[in-house]
Amino acid sequence: MTKIDDAPSTTGGRPRVGLFVTCLVDLFRPGVGFAAVKLLEDAGCSVEVPEAQVCCGQPAYNSGDQGAARRIAKQVIEAFQGFDYVVGPSGSCMATVRKEYPAMFDGDVTWHARAVALAERSYELMSFLTDVMGMSAVTASFHGTATYHDSCSGLRTLGIKAQPRTLLATVEGLTLTELQDAETCCGFGGTFCVKYPEVSVRMVSDKVANIEMTAADTVLGGDLGCLMNIAGRLKRLGKPVRVYHAAEVLAGMAGPAGIGDPEKG
Amino acid sequence: MLVNGKDFSSRASKAPADAGLQQQVSNLKTGFVAARARAVAALPEYEAMRDAGAAIKDHTLANLDFYLERFERAVVDRGGHVHWAADAEEACRIVREICTRTGARTVTKGKSMVSEEIGLNEALEADGLDVVETDAGEYIVQLAKEAPSHIVMPTVHKTTNEISDLFFEHHRRHGFSERVTDAAELIAQVRSVMREKYFSADIGITGANFLVAETGSNIIVTNEGNGDLTCTLARVHIVTAGIEKVVPTLNDASVLLRLLARSALGIETTSYTTLSTGPRRPGDADGPEEYHVVLVDNGRTKMLSGAFRPMLRCIRCGACMNHCPVYLAVGGHTYASVYPGPMGAVLTPMIARHEAANELPHACTLNGRCQQVCPVKIPLPDLLRRLRHEQWEDGFIKGRSRWGLGVWSWLATRPALYRVATRLGVQVLRWLGRSRGRIGHLPLAGEWTAGRDLPAPQGTTFHAAWAKRKRQP
Repeated sequence: MTKIDDAPSTTGGRPRVGLFVTCLVDLFRPGVGFAAVKLLEDAGCSVEVPEAQVCCGQPAYNSGDQGAARRIAKQVIEAFQGFDYVVGPSGSCMATVRKEYPAMFDGDVTWHARAVALAERSYELMSFLTDVMGMSAVTASFHGTATYHDSCSGLRTLGIKAQPRTLLATVEGLTLTELQDAETCCGFGGTFCVKYPEVSVRMVSDKVANIEMTAADTVLGGDLGCLMNIAGRLKRLGKPVRVYHAAEVLAGMAGPAGIGDPEKG
Repeated sequence: MLVNGKDFSSRASKAPADAGLQQQVSNLKTGFVAARARAVAALPEYEAMRDAGAAIKDHTLANLDFYLERFERAVVDRGGHVHWAADAEEACRIVREICTRTGARTVTKGKSMVSEEIGLNEALEADGLDVVETDAGEYIVQLAKEAPSHIVMPTVHKTTNEISDLFFEHHRRHGFSERVTDAAELIAQVRSVMREKYFSADIGITGANFLVAETGSNIIVTNEGNGDLTCTLARVHIVTAGIEKVVPTLNDASVLLRLLARSALGIETTSYTTLSTGPRRPGDADGPEEYHVVLVDNGRTKMLSGAFRPMLRCIRCGACMNHCPVYLAVGGHTYASVYPGPMGAVLTPMIARHEAANELPHACTLNGRCQQVCPVKIPLPDLLRRLRHEQWEDGFIKGRSRWGLGVWSWLATRPALYRVATRLGVQVLRWLGRSRGRIGHLPLAGEWTAGRDLPAPQGTTFHAAWAKRKRQP
């Protein structure tokens, strides 16, 4: 393969990581972004946050507007030029970068090569920490019993299943318990949840019923979309189950307020 | 093609509240999903078999003209007839002409999705023919004047009580005056009623799971044996099949048969695998006097030449719908198509360019489970996304979806402006969430808040907080 201008160049032994801040993390749960920064720094990376990034373009791409998706993707490709790695706390967004970006530029030689170059060094946070940086334990504590929801894109496109569990098993005070139908979609599905609200609520209700069956007091996951959907339904039903992004727990930054909880109280 | 409704959304919105439907569909969720998983786990070469299955179909589709012509020659060599139908209307006309020419009055039918696709029963009934479905499930939906809700289990939406009522109402004229609710007794009634039909049938119509180019054979699989009797006892046997059903050899068919049974029902093989190859020969003990195969195109050639070709690999096992959380929430009838679920959401718009079908590609969360279980590895989510793209290009997607995304995409490519707008938006949401941490009702997001709270933002945006941290290290 031809070497292209924005290929990785590691300096000083510390990999330069560009943090991909997903739009939901940016808007609703910045704490997940800061937790990701801490985990990456603990793993020995130098972390930067390019300013010209906004969204991976998945809403447009999945809705059929490929023109807009390509414009957004080009912006991401340029924003992350020159980083050794691009890491984001979302299986869904990083699956878009890794799998869909190259597909989007099929037939456009220059951009396709750039998309492939970006895809090859882009990772979801937990797979990056374990598979690339070789991290096998964290120093964090969290007291409770948690169950883990496997988000669809991360699971099926990127093969993320063991990585978060490996790390979470080393969190002091945390007991993990498996969720029935952990691999079944929670009904979020991007715009699906607002296009078909009754169907989506039916699906998330099944998810919530399975969560209750585990008797866990906490739900963890790697994608904020699913977590907001699950938390939204739990809160609507008045359930006391807390919801966190796994990165918050792994970084020891899961404050008293889970997703959808009041910050004081 | 039976696309009989216009409004997927309104049907979908009612389905989750239908307790009977939910109960029936939950049997799929548990029973068949677990059975398939066991069958797959018990077969170490399953993944290799999937690859082989996909390769067989791809090779055949790439040389479809060659294999179809070979199939035709083999059928003709054995004294049968092959007819080519460009669309549903022509396919029905061909079958009707055979019925008229042979003076037929009664028709028995094995299960055939393509005959549902072309609306064959209605066409034959319009000619005054007595048409009876011989597959127990198909027979039940026929009595109920309904369409199948699943391609493998047509009556998955029906309760035993509903079936009991139907039989009580319709079987009195066959001498069954007592209501029965026991499954074995219900099946016994079907067998008894059906026996009369098999012997009086002038024409037996079956579908095809596979057509074998090498031998000119038609292969059907059943668990009731009704297919054998349908194609053996009538004077004339007509096969209706999509052109994509052909495979090169019997060996190829055996690979696909193993994939089919495991994926559909989680079993190693179906109870009956029936090969029919031409009419009765001199000296044969049984078999039809005439043998016809109607090869139906109906949009398939169009798919063959484009990006949707992988959809023609489909062997109609139904695994995608058994594993689709949307199908399992809404049931098959919500799709208002003979092909429901993920495979139907691709196939229906391709076959019936119909306004109603164009909503189907959106009724999907792109969770990818259908592709994961597909025995011939059809990239269903990619195909659904491609359909959405075509609809976007055609201007079919209108209203809030289009302008909402337009605004988002426009902002997303202007980071500085986006930061200002979102910081403002986050402040408003935070104020609405106030001390509760969540928002119970949000104007313009009623679809979200109808059944869920919206978690309130934590505070400011990440980018604003990050910029602040950089300024004050």
